[in-house]
Amino acid sequence: MPEVDVGVGAPVLSLAGVTKRYANGTLAVRGVDLAVGQGDFVSLLGPSGCGKSTVLRMMAGLIPPSGGRIAMAAGGDATGDIGFVFQEPTLAPWSNALRNVMLPLRLAGVAKPEAEQRAAAALASVGLAGFERSYPRALSGGMKMRVSIARALVTRPRLLLMDEPFAALDEITRHRLNNDLLTLWQAERFTAIFVTHSVFESVYLSRRIVVMAARPGRVVADLPVDAAYPRGEVFRTSAEYAAHCRAISSALSRAMGE
Amino acid sequence: MSVVLSSDEAATAQAEIAEKTVLGLTPDGWLRILAPLLIGVLALGGWEWAVRAKEIPSYILPGPIEIGRTLMADWGTLSGSLLITLQITFAALFVAAGLGLLLAVLFAQSRVIELSLFPYAVILQVTPIVAIAPLIFIWVDDIRIALLICAWIVAFFPILSNTTLGLNSADHNLADLFRLYRANRWQVLRYLRLPTAMPYFLAGLRISGGLALIGAIVAEFVAGTGGRASGLAYRILEAGYQLKIPRMFAALVLISVTGIAIFGALSLISHLMLRHWHESAMKERK
Repeated sequence: MPEVDVGVGAPVLSLAGVTKRYANGTLAVRGVDLAVGQGDFVSLLGPSGCGKSTVLRMMAGLIPPSGGRIAMAAGGDATGDIGFVFQEPTLAPWSNALRNVMLPLRLAGVAKPEAEQRAAAALASVGLAGFERSYPRALSGGMKMRVSIARALVTRPRLLLMDEPFAALDEITRHRLNNDLLTLWQAERFTAIFVTHSVFESVYLSRRIVVMAARPGRVVADLPVDAAYPRGEVFRTSAEYAAHCRAISSALSRAMGE
Repeated sequence: MSVVLSSDEAATAQAEIAEKTVLGLTPDGWLRILAPLLIGVLALGGWEWAVRAKEIPSYILPGPIEIGRTLMADWGTLSGSLLITLQITFAALFVAAGLGLLLAVLFAQSRVIELSLFPYAVILQVTPIVAIAPLIFIWVDDIRIALLICAWIVAFFPILSNTTLGLNSADHNLADLFRLYRANRWQVLRYLRLPTAMPYFLAGLRISGGLALIGAIVAEFVAGTGGRASGLAYRILEAGYQLKIPRMFAALVLISVTGIAIFGALSLISHLMLRHWHESAMKERK
């Protein structure tokens, strides 16, 4: 297979001294500095309670930081420039797959015929052509997550934020979705930020892994994974993959042992 | 470049199990129909037998057969009264549904409005309708309107409280998604809060359907024989004064059947509207 060029451009998102203190006084995140380049695939890896989800929600603008600055590079639409995938599929149960994926477009005021067309294309791109009229309850966990990803990508965002999206899936389905996510990432060239607590998942997916520690949540290591894309089952069983996993694991245990 | 869904991932989605059926119904479905039917037949049979064996006069307790005969003989009078009671019941239910939904949406938009008005809705609900009805008959000249107001007061609270609860029950992650896409208040209401509230509203409607009938009947009783309207309650009072007990029972039967029919119809509407997605409308699995 030809190697894919996954060069990283200028920072699309930058965090400077970002801090989050909750109303009850808990310091959830302390002094996070991070610049994410255009087209990069970055994982935020850490134990539960390390504030990785909090950082992601601040990046999305869902919660305001208590201190520091979060800036997104100019360009793109104001709305729909960020896609967000939650840990749960978070689909509207009263709408079928197509109408769920149409939602961001409808909210942005895109006319119905165009929204329908784009949503159908997004569903097809995640392998769900033919399931447009299916309601979420009729779909398996993996398929629901695919709908959720299609909905996040339908606005063609520059930035895709994912909060442990595959944590609730079985391992075989998770591997498939990992592969498909990489395929989409290479095709659509969005910048991906992926929160996970799995060393293996982060190594398999990312070009760069930001390791976080808890109490208070902070960045303790920032390591590149310089393996070529596309990555497949060959990479998953390679010595290179194992070496990366070892390095990241030890960085994580150092972070937790501090 | 796009991804392809593997067949076994898709296969897990089609897990609908075909059950054995007898004449279009499952054994459980037959049990649901036959068991209550058997109890009904036994009870009616026992009643008829007791009335005949003990020779109870029909002005004390008429048997089911005589009640049935009266129902057919007096159908002309009774059906007219039924129509009047039905009109009041459905008008009250309609107004209760509309106003309840409207007020609930208003409450959902503004916490101040909710906090200022909700206690009064509760007061209206907890005050017995029999106690307010005489006042309403004094204040409102048109007896039909007065009856409608009484039935509405009884019917409207479940819709209001249920819908208010539903509008405030939106999934918080979905709500975050709407914030991410900068949805305005109207879009949040239209695409998130109203659909979330739908099952709650329909559950309230089912309760209110029965209550509207009860409200209409109670108000007719209060209006009494002095009233000019002649709903089913009026027929019961009238039959009581004239010692036409079988006719009293016949009117009672009509009221019960009406109540059951209203509940059944509203349950069907609720099922049809929710069958694609809501747990309450799923096929029960045991």
